[in-house]
Amino acid sequence: MTLADRLGRETVRELQIDTLEKQGKGNGDRAMTRFFSPPDVEGTALLSHARILESDDQWLYLPALRRVKRISSSNKSGPFVGSEFAFEDLTANELGKYAYTYLGTETLEDGTEVDKVLCEPLYERSGYTKLHCYFDTEIYQSRKVEFFDRGGLLFKTLELTDYREYPGGYWRPHRQTMTNHLTGKTTVLNSEPYDFSVDLNRRDFEPAALDAF
Amino acid sequence: MTAAASPSYASGSTRITPEIALEARWFPEDPQFEQQFDGVQAGVIFSGDLRWRSDDRASRVRVEPYLRLDSQDSQRSYFDIREASWTHRRGDWELLAGVGQVFWGVAESRNVVDIINQFDSVEDFDQEEKLGQPMLRLGRRFDRGSLEAYYLPYFREQRLPGESGRLRVDPVVETGNPDFERDGDEWAGDLALRYALTMGRFDIGLHGFHGTSREALFVPDLEEERFTTLYQERSQIGIDAQYTHGPWLLKAEAVAADVSGDRFLSSVYGFEYTFFGVTGSSTDIGVIVEHLYDDRDSVKSPITLFQDDLFLGLRVTPNDAQDTELLAGGFVDTETSAVIASIEFTRRIASSMLFEAELRYFNDSDGPLVAFFEDDSNILFRLTHYF
Repeated sequence: MTLADRLGRETVRELQIDTLEKQGKGNGDRAMTRFFSPPDVEGTALLSHARILESDDQWLYLPALRRVKRISSSNKSGPFVGSEFAFEDLTANELGKYAYTYLGTETLEDGTEVDKVLCEPLYERSGYTKLHCYFDTEIYQSRKVEFFDRGGLLFKTLELTDYREYPGGYWRPHRQTMTNHLTGKTTVLNSEPYDFSVDLNRRDFEPAALDAF
Repeated sequence: MTAAASPSYASGSTRITPEIALEARWFPEDPQFEQQFDGVQAGVIFSGDLRWRSDDRASRVRVEPYLRLDSQDSQRSYFDIREASWTHRRGDWELLAGVGQVFWGVAESRNVVDIINQFDSVEDFDQEEKLGQPMLRLGRRFDRGSLEAYYLPYFREQRLPGESGRLRVDPVVETGNPDFERDGDEWAGDLALRYALTMGRFDIGLHGFHGTSREALFVPDLEEERFTTLYQERSQIGIDAQYTHGPWLLKAEAVAADVSGDRFLSSVYGFEYTFFGVTGSSTDIGVIVEHLYDDRDSVKSPITLFQDDLFLGLRVTPNDAQDTELLAGGFVDTETSAVIASIEFTRRIASSMLFEAELRYFNDSDGPLVAFFEDDSNILFRLTHYF
């Protein structure tokens, strides 16, 4: 994850995200994020048990103190580790997060044909009034998202590129670029190839597993 | 039916991160006791982490050596193994062997349940730095929590400032030759058990401990004009609990202990409330209020500051790329009106360089401990470089 300010000064954060995805609708996705750099935060880990319309449950591991701390996560609109991604931008795209309205079919600058959809957050304390979501008409994946703040102003754009298909028909983007139009800051999330079917179970996504680095 | 996804990054890996820190601690006031140094205390710390994890994630090794060299106080130049542990997991069972560090508790000001490690009192008196503890730990995970059993074969004596050091009691405490109630030595061994579970908005830990108390009793040696130390037998049970809802964290820790026949209760409870995105920015401000209580008989017990005290804290987190954090806090003793206040600031100033500043203030008072420290208000700067 590369964070750049308006002047192009960069901070690089290396992280690994393990996710346990629940099939079907409803709560239950779990994610363990471990930080490798910058070196002063090496070993820090964040565990999230996702809820769609309420606050998630989150625990933070502070490696210097060996401390596991349950933290308040009522602020899903807050920035994720100083980046332009909010916590709510990084959680899985559960169907139940938004109300959807089809707005039409468009063509992006690179020639991709997309369906433009109005997504209205159902989570009360979302940082957004609405999103414009652009779904690829060929592979049915999100290509672009425009975020409108509480004042109705377009303030962030997310572009998702380098999609690759994994066995079983799972598409994943390997580059996500979030641009904040108000501050001029950007965050680029570059992903290594994904590993599916890793031998992990629910107990690897409990607070007791946070220090397993 | 689940699908797990993760990048292949760093599987089956070794990571080594050495670090060097330079620090300067300045005491503006003249020392209270004759042999204490005046002015600036400089230090250099060589430390770092080695982490290894097997390809199948079943085995892990973590090593953290720590060497501090101090310009003023020879007691503060020392080497310690903060961690040298091997962990192996099979199914729901996990075994840890070696030297380790363990944190128990939920509070911010002081953790009365945190008993496994000896605190490193020569680093600081705030009970955040710990000495490595030799241990065997067997853990078992369940759906609703985890159980851990500890055997601690060797006792780590407190490390305290020497005669020339600041932030010490007077006369100086002689270390290196403590007395022990149990078997007369440091090999008596301790046992501990802890069950930690999460139930909805509650995180709860229950524990029991039997062994040697980590707190030293200072025994006056009138001939030598020194204190010597006595470590007593201790048994305790305790609970720590946190309730998390919205911006509220409600916290409580309590311990019922028997130290050499003297029974007492020690507790801390309070809350942390966070104001998120203050004035439309990305800055969060947390307010911490905690009450500390300890009903020990002050004549028979180690010097305890926290008999009936209030802690007020403020945490400012801008959520920036530099991970800046400001933490201000203060203890007020409701009986003696002794005050200990501190401000801690942390910010990354380059990709592998961390800057820390710490201000500590002690008022003039008759409170125990603070009376020894009343001229020891200080300011510390530390620069850490990671390789």
